Amino acid sequence: MVGRPQPRRALVIRRTVRFLDERSGAAPFLRKALRYVFPDHWSFLLGEVALYSFVVLVLTGIYLTLFFKPSLAVVHYHGAYLPLRGREMSEAYESTVNISLSIKAGLLMRQTHHWAADVFVAAIVLHLLRIFFTGAFQKPRDLTYYIGLVMLIFALLEGYLGYSLVDDLLSGMGLAIGYGVAMSLPFVGANISQLLWNGPFPGGHDFESRMYMAHVLLLPLLIGGLILLHLTLVAARHHTQFAEGRATEKKVVGMPTVPAYAPRSLGLAFAVAAVLFLMGGLIQINPIWQWGPYHVSQATNGAQPDWYLGWLIGALRLVPNFDVTIGHYTLVPNPFWGGAGFPMFVFLVLFAWPSLERRVTGDYAFHNLLDRPRDAPWRTAIGVAFFTWIFVVFLAGAADRMFVMFDLSYRGQIWAFRVLVWVLPVVALFVAKRVCEELLRGEVVEVRRKLVEAEPVG
Amino acid sequence: MRRWLIALVVLVLGRLRRRPELDSGGRIVPPGGPDRRAESLVLLLFAGATLCGAAVPVVYAWDAIPDQTQFLGLAFGLAFAFSSAACIVIGKRLVVTEELEEDYGLSHPDDREALEQLVEESGDRFTRKRLLFLAGAGAGSALGAALLTPAASLGPVFDVSSLYRTPWHRGVRLVDETGRALRAGDIEEATFYTAYPEHADREQMGAPVVVVRLKPEQLRLPDDRRGWAPAGILAYSKICTHAGCAIALYRKPTFAPVEPRPALVCPCHYSTFDVANGGGVLFGPAGRPLPQLPLAIDASGGLRAAGNFSGPVGPSWWGVRNHGARS
Amino acid sequence: MRALLVCAAAALLFVPGAHGGDLGAQLYGAGCITCHGPEGRGIADRGPSLRGAGARAADFYLRTGYMPLASPHTQPDRSRVLFSQRELAALVAYVASLAPGPRIPTPHPARGNLAEGQEQFTEHCAGCHQIVAEGGYVTNAVAPPLKHAGPVEIAEAVRTGPYLMPRFSAQQITDAQLDSIIRYVIYAKHPDDRGGWALGHLGPVPEGLVTWFVGIVLLVATCLVIGRRLHP
Repeated sequence: MVGRPQPRRALVIRRTVRFLDERSGAAPFLRKALRYVFPDHWSFLLGEVALYSFVVLVLTGIYLTLFFKPSLAVVHYHGAYLPLRGREMSEAYESTVNISLSIKAGLLMRQTHHWAADVFVAAIVLHLLRIFFTGAFQKPRDLTYYIGLVMLIFALLEGYLGYSLVDDLLSGMGLAIGYGVAMSLPFVGANISQLLWNGPFPGGHDFESRMYMAHVLLLPLLIGGLILLHLTLVAARHHTQFAEGRATEKKVVGMPTVPAYAPRSLGLAFAVAAVLFLMGGLIQINPIWQWGPYHVSQATNGAQPDWYLGWLIGALRLVPNFDVTIGHYTLVPNPFWGGAGFPMFVFLVLFAWPSLERRVTGDYAFHNLLDRPRDAPWRTAIGVAFFTWIFVVFLAGAADRMFVMFDLSYRGQIWAFRVLVWVLPVVALFVAKRVCEELLRGEVVEVRRKLVEAEPVG
Repeated sequence: MRRWLIALVVLVLGRLRRRPELDSGGRIVPPGGPDRRAESLVLLLFAGATLCGAAVPVVYAWDAIPDQTQFLGLAFGLAFAFSSAACIVIGKRLVVTEELEEDYGLSHPDDREALEQLVEESGDRFTRKRLLFLAGAGAGSALGAALLTPAASLGPVFDVSSLYRTPWHRGVRLVDETGRALRAGDIEEATFYTAYPEHADREQMGAPVVVVRLKPEQLRLPDDRRGWAPAGILAYSKICTHAGCAIALYRKPTFAPVEPRPALVCPCHYSTFDVANGGGVLFGPAGRPLPQLPLAIDASGGLRAAGNFSGPVGPSWWGVRNHGARS
Repeated sequence: MRALLVCAAAALLFVPGAHGGDLGAQLYGAGCITCHGPEGRGIADRGPSLRGAGARAADFYLRTGYMPLASPHTQPDRSRVLFSQRELAALVAYVASLAPGPRIPTPHPARGNLAEGQEQFTEHCAGCHQIVAEGGYVTNAVAPPLKHAGPVEIAEAVRTGPYLMPRFSAQQITDAQLDSIIRYVIYAKHPDDRGGWALGHLGPVPEGLVTWFVGIVLLVATCLVIGRRLHP
């Protein structure tokens, strides 16, 4: 070893490593980190899809803030888009129209940003489903799971605020509904909404500043910080894995960061960026110049929130018309049930699930191995039923479009959905449970068959 | 025989140790053969990425290209896609894929005990721990509340009475979006108009109203609203009482046998309000009828409000039935 | 049902003497009289009076195929017109002759202002027809998409107020404003759709479908390529 001439490349690597370690003392940590073991089942990559979508969001978002004007000051449009020429609108809307129609690459960045937001939440939901149905939330990872749920809530809020900043007709209607839901909170609804909006809707011009601050700084910092915490916890306790190969409750088996995992992860990052930029360039999203600016006295048919809030519009449309009153006191105005009660209940169940499951099964042990969905038939069945419930409500939100397209009576659909919303989850529960049990039984039969076949004949 | 067995066990255990880098003659990463085809593929993919990446500034600068957004997106996206493919090929074929083992995190009873001990011993000198803790908690809470106090300036959180207020009162003239006064003689049946209070801010929920006209014999207003619709002209708040969208749909009376009642409909969740009977809810989730504005026709034939709405406008809150609309 | 009525009407053409000015009356007698009554006076539970409807309404209902209608309880909707141009003209003339009524309008959309059209359309029309005229739901009825509407049809519909649609007279929407609205509706058939595939201008619902069926599918496929499947 001593005295052997070093090739140039090795010299560069040596100098870099020495520089890093001298200034940070990081060599021992890096030595361990770069050989950190990652189980490599494909479904473990879904969280990373969300993570890289977040990176695209931040980068494209920064670009947009360089052009967007978060102000509701009234201006008249004098740009190139004829149908809006001379129209009265806010600076926020005007700057977004300009980003879309007048600034080179502006529309690409805006559309990529919006697609990234939709895909970000979709990836989180998919990741959540994977976590739930494989039991990854069990101890010691329940804290990681809670942090993930909080990030989901923040992501929903972040997306809603993001598209509401633009002050177009569609998102303005959505904000009015948000105000209506806030007002419907029992006891404190009016007070909270007056605080947030600085008076009755549409509130003062400072509401735009508040949304902007939350969307551009507060929520990204919170989400970013929670991501760090989430990833640190995952790394500290190591990733879970399925019971395959040499994996046990005590040993995690997988590939090391370097040289195997890093290029794969980098490849996924580039793939996420690729898909998002391709969508941002090739598929139109949220063409706000067609919707026009928001005014309190205006509305359009067919207004919908972004997909991840579709469950709320479905719920708001399905709840029958009643305000709960005690004498003159309106205890629970109608929008509460669909707009606040329903999502609160869903998240309550999700938060409570790990401890509920522990208590019911009596299993308080640590778990590093994952279940296949069929290995936990009750959890899978209840989970399928629960998500079916949410999904049917979500579908009900598009009933008007189904009426226009397929001529199915809207009133009929609403009544059908009101029934299906309770019936389908029960059906799904039994079907899912049965499927799990049949799959398990099938495996036993498979094993027996192999044993029988291996027996010598005669 | 036993010696061989022991040697075997040692060898196997040695292979499973946590520091495999001391095996195989000093290598950390196990050796692997070359794959020139994969290398060539990676070269090609990087070339593709380079071309597409270079295309971005070209497309950007070349104004003659229509559909700039699409081509830019294509260039960006393909550049990323080629890079992604290159990384994946490297990962799967050009670096060694090892299967390593590590221990899952164990408990740390000693360290936990040490931590507990640390906390306990740090507090050794205190004689009135509970009291001090309570006092500290009190100070912390007060500080927290103090820091939150300026948030109350965000809006009138304690006084929500402005929710009852609308810009309408007796005598206020109805004007259209250009500011021109509405005249009763101009209001026709079978259509609907949006009107605002003269000289008031239009961007508030209490401002816009929908004006429709029915035949006086079609009216079925409650007794206490008998004078509210002169000549059959009705005005209702344009803001839905469910969640606050603008009611921009009017289902006009049509041929009698098929005529659903004339109704105002909200496009958000399809709350449907009966215009003939004072804004009652026919369909949809609204929990309150649509507030009606009493109208009067002044001496010159113009339409004016004869008072405030029949109730507060907009979405419900805890106090919406406690009080009427205030001017 | 509708086709039957029209075929019956057409068959009458072969009756000797049924030509020229009587054509409209013949067609009316074959197809419309069962609901709208003799001389367009209307029948209580079946069809309203057509006296005073004028050429404007008749032309609209007939050219769009809204009429003839099989049952008074179904919403008229755009359907294949089985009359020939000559028959249409004759029938319209007949209905117009029943009593004085509005003529077929002559709009000039090219004179209209696109921005004013957008504003007026948002104000009066978007609540039912959607902001770029993709159609929508009104309780118990559908407000149809306007993709196939020509300028004359739009003007007729606005002034007539077919079925549940409000009737906007020249006092409420002037002829100049109507020109602008028509210009906007024509624009909305092919609006400025830069930024790629427009997904039908329906907003977040198709966008959500694309998110899952394009974005997520592609990314999950990538995960499947990068990662591996379960092995025993």
